[in-house]
Amino acid sequence: MKRVYVNEERCLGCHLCEYWCAYANSGEKDIMTAFKLGKDATPRINVEDDGDVHFAVQCRHCDDTPCVKACITGALSCNDGVVEINRDKCVGCYTCVLTCPYGCIVIDKKNGGKTVTKCELCTDNSNGEPVCVRECINGAIVFEER
Amino acid sequence: MNYVIIGNSAAAIGAIEGIRAYDKDGSVTLISDEKYFTYSRPLISYWLKNSVTDENMKYRDPDFYEKNNVTTMLGETVTAISANEKTVTTASGKTIAFDKLLCATGSKPFVPKTEGYEKVKNVFTFMKFDDAKAIKEVLTADSKVLIVGAGLIGLKAAEAVHEYTENITVIDLADRILSSILDEDAAKIMQTHISDKGVTFKLGTSVKVFSENSAELQNGETVDFDILIMAVGVRPNTELVSAAGGKVNRGIITDKTQLVDGLKDIYAAGDCTESIDITTGDSKILALLPNAFLQGEVAGKNMAGNLCYYVNAIPMNAIGFFGLHIITAGSYTGDTYVVTDGENYKKLITKDDKLVGFILMGDVDRAGIYTSLIKEHIALSECNFDLLKDKPLMAAFSKIRRNKKLAESH
Repeated sequence: MKRVYVNEERCLGCHLCEYWCAYANSGEKDIMTAFKLGKDATPRINVEDDGDVHFAVQCRHCDDTPCVKACITGALSCNDGVVEINRDKCVGCYTCVLTCPYGCIVIDKKNGGKTVTKCELCTDNSNGEPVCVRECINGAIVFEER
Repeated sequence: MNYVIIGNSAAAIGAIEGIRAYDKDGSVTLISDEKYFTYSRPLISYWLKNSVTDENMKYRDPDFYEKNNVTTMLGETVTAISANEKTVTTASGKTIAFDKLLCATGSKPFVPKTEGYEKVKNVFTFMKFDDAKAIKEVLTADSKVLIVGAGLIGLKAAEAVHEYTENITVIDLADRILSSILDEDAAKIMQTHISDKGVTFKLGTSVKVFSENSAELQNGETVDFDILIMAVGVRPNTELVSAAGGKVNRGIITDKTQLVDGLKDIYAAGDCTESIDITTGDSKILALLPNAFLQGEVAGKNMAGNLCYYVNAIPMNAIGFFGLHIITAGSYTGDTYVVTDGENYKKLITKDDKLVGFILMGDVDRAGIYTSLIKEHIALSECNFDLLKDKPLMAAFSKIRRNKKLAESH
C-alpha cells in the first residue's frame, strides 16, 4: 500500500507542508480566511526542527493501529489502510494521543481541544492525494510503496 | 469452530475482530447480561452531561454484529461454565456449547459495608449505562450529591453531575484525589481546578454512618445529600472462571495467549484479568479500555488458531476533568524530572537508563512518544534526553531509529 515516507536529508524545514495541510483541511477557499481572519487552521502534519535536522511527521497509517484499538468511542477506524477519525464520535479524551508512538494525533486547538484531528492522506478533502507531498518543494515527503 | 463470548464491551469486541481476522466462517455467539448494543462504558459520564447521544454511545457501527456474523444473546446472564462438558448455562435455563470460550466479564463496583447504608434511598454506582440513566432520572438543579471516591470514576461522575447542580461533595479516604494515577503535586493542581468549579472535597476521611439523607464522617463533619454515588473502586468478575476451575488471584490468571491457567479452550480478557505490567514486572489488574481491547484481540486470534502473545501491558490513562487534561503511563518509582508552572505539570520518571513512567497535565501534546519510549524499552542514552525533557519529539531519537520509524516500510 502507498504510504507517506520522510526523506529527512531533503527537508529544508520550511514548514510549507504545515500551511498546505492546514489550508487544505480548513474547508476555506481563500488562504487569507484560513489563517489570517481568525480561523487559525490546524495542520495535521508537524515539522520538527533540531539544529540542522528537519523533518515532517504525520500519521503513518500503521498496520497495527494502536490509536484505533485504544479509542474509547469507536471514533477512530481503519478503512482500506487509511486511519480515519469520525469527529462526531470523538469526545476529546486523548487516549489516542497517549498511544500514538509518533505523536501524530493532533489536538484540534481550533475547537478548543474538544476533538482530535489527524492526517487522512487528503482522502477527506478535495485534493484526493496528500497535498503535503504535492507541495513539498524538495521531495522531503513522498507518497509511495516501500 | 464454535466460539462463545461472555461479555459485550471492549475485550469482547476485540475478540470478535481478532477471530474474524482469521476465521470468517466459524459461529460466534455473544452473551451479555446487558440488553444494549455494544457501548462504551467510559462514555456514560459524557452521556449524563448530554455531550454524547444515545446513538454515539455505540462502540461500533450499528451493523457490527451482522457484518461479523455474530449471534447475540443480550439480557442473558451466564450462571455457570462447565469446562468438562464445554458448555455455558444461563439464568433462563439455556445451555450453549462451545469449542472455544472467552470470558470477558469485566468488573463490578465495590461498595464497602457502612453502617446505615441500607437507609439511603437514592444510591447509585457509576459503571454501566443503566447507572447513568437511573441517576439522570432523579438529578435536578436542586440536587445535593455526595460522591464517595475521588478516583477516575468518582470524578467523572462529579463532572457529569456538575452539568445539573453545583452542590457536589466528594469524599475519599486518601489524602489526595486521583491517587491511583497522580502524585501529590499534580493532584493538588487538579483538585484546585475542580474545586474552582464549585465541587467540595473532603479528603483523608470516610463515612462513619449513613442516614437516609446525610453522612456522618470519621472526621466528625456531616454532609447532607439527596443523591449518593458510590465510586470507591471495582472488583473483577472472576466467579464463573473460578467455579470452572480456572486460576484466580485478584483477577483471572492467563498465559500470554490469554488462555486461563488451569483450563483448556477457555480464554479471558479485560478488566476481569491480570496482566504483567512491564514497567514493574508485577501481575496486576489493568482495568483500562485499550488494555481490554488488546487482550481481547489476542484472545480472539489465538481462539482462531493464530498463535500470538499479549506481552506489552503498562498502566496508562488519558482523562480530563472540566477541560484540564491528564495523560499518564507506567510506574513512578525512579529518578524524577519535574517541570510545572502551577497549571501545566510534567513529571518524567527514569530508571536504569529507561523512561518508566510519566505524568502530564495541561499540555499533553504528542504524549504517545513518551509512551513508545516505555513500551519499546528504548535506552535513554541512545536518545537526546534533554530534548525529551522539553517535550516529546521524534527528533530526540537516534537517526537510525528515526529512519526506521519514519522512512521504512511499515
